[in-house]
Amino acid sequence: MDSSTRKRLSSITSKVIMALAGLFLVVFLVVHLGINLLLLADDGGRAFSAAAEFMGTNPVIRVFEVVLFGGFLLHMAFGVMVSFQNRASRPVRYQHKNRSETSPLSRYMFHSGIIVFIFLVLHFIDYYFIKIGLVAPPAGIAPHDFYHRSLVLFANKGYSGVYLISFLFLGFHLNHAVQAAFQTIGLNHSKYMDAIKVGSTLYAIVVAGGFMVIPFWFILFR
Amino acid sequence: MNFTLKIWRQKNATDKGGLVTYNVENISPDSSFFEMLDVLNQQLIAKGEDPVSFDHDCREGICGTCSLYINGRPHGPLKGTTTCQLHMRSFRNGETIFVEPWRCGAFPVIKDLIVDRSAFDKIIQAGGYVSVNSGGIPDANTIPVPKSDADASFDAAACIGCGACVASCPNASAMLFVSAKVSHLALLPQGRVEAERRVQNMVAAMDSLGFGNCSNTYACEAECPKEITVANIARMNREFLAAKLFAEKEKQISFSL
Repeated sequence: MDSSTRKRLSSITSKVIMALAGLFLVVFLVVHLGINLLLLADDGGRAFSAAAEFMGTNPVIRVFEVVLFGGFLLHMAFGVMVSFQNRASRPVRYQHKNRSETSPLSRYMFHSGIIVFIFLVLHFIDYYFIKIGLVAPPAGIAPHDFYHRSLVLFANKGYSGVYLISFLFLGFHLNHAVQAAFQTIGLNHSKYMDAIKVGSTLYAIVVAGGFMVIPFWFILFR
Repeated sequence: MNFTLKIWRQKNATDKGGLVTYNVENISPDSSFFEMLDVLNQQLIAKGEDPVSFDHDCREGICGTCSLYINGRPHGPLKGTTTCQLHMRSFRNGETIFVEPWRCGAFPVIKDLIVDRSAFDKIIQAGGYVSVNSGGIPDANTIPVPKSDADASFDAAACIGCGACVASCPNASAMLFVSAKVSHLALLPQGRVEAERRVQNMVAAMDSLGFGNCSNTYACEAECPKEITVANIARMNREFLAAKLFAEKEKQISFSL
């Protein structure tokens, strides 16, 4: 081993950091979904705005926002790093396409991750940058009025389409991600592995499906 | 049976190489894949051409020498078998068959279909052994081993080190091979003594040789001729994390004269 490789984080350590950051994001998604579903309440946005106000002012949540951004950055940075290492490990590629029987979604985690990342950038421009004042809000909407901002966005069919596609791919990403994270941190057990895989798929359907209900609701009922 | 073969030909390690098309006719459905290649090589020799080089030794599925990537799958279409145990009845008459060497930066091609797998030997040298002689055969039950551990250890020890896991992995990761070697020793009392050192050294060797990272596609498990399970990878990850986090510092003794 030369000195350059010795300094490199071990492949398992990199993967475990990625898995733990990912599992943290998995918990965060549930919280975010819970708040978003308040958009569906027929109360003129009172419940949703109250939740947004709480998330925007509670000191514990404020600290966790930094932790959350750190989680995203770690997950993405390590994701990109291991993906580049993976590509480099096979400099000459096969002529014939691989036919091994594996879950096709598991091979495209980097690609589904990129789609989710693009959505995340849009999401930041549409909400966070307006909140912190980097981007001017559209006419007639206050910087902290997330409810009316959401109504305007979901009224736009193009935005709803991008939103739906992004969450479909987030679902594909999560379906593999949750059970893979358990495997990576070593939690594979002959008794529970099947349940973990089913749980992973259920989680992906509930979370991605839950987010996707919102634009449909706006299209059908508003 | 008749086949069209598209075989990777490469004169030496530095040659660029490419697929060359050959036809073979009147092949018995009961001949093995290698016997079919033997027929092809006889044809090539008769014509004064260079026969196709490929790795093989025992031809009974236990040595781990054979290594052909056939129609996009290591060891071909049959599950749980090595290339030498693959027979031509597994293919359709008239089928075009692609034959390529394992592809991984750590497994450079030597000639045609033969790759250098000494990277695996280097990983074993880093810790895939028990340092002291574990003695003669002890009386039964003097070293009790739980049944589930004995079974899991034996299943992991079935790894023949052929490298199909690396060949099938989209990331060319060697995690299934290394985890099988780590597991079969870590599960037994004789291997437990050095388990912490072993897993750290073997993973470090694996990383330094340029294999990719595991992304849990489980292609390795699907293609392993010995059907080694990915539960071994999780076990290795557990062993590795426990060793990194909780192994006591080893006392360093320095001599000065």
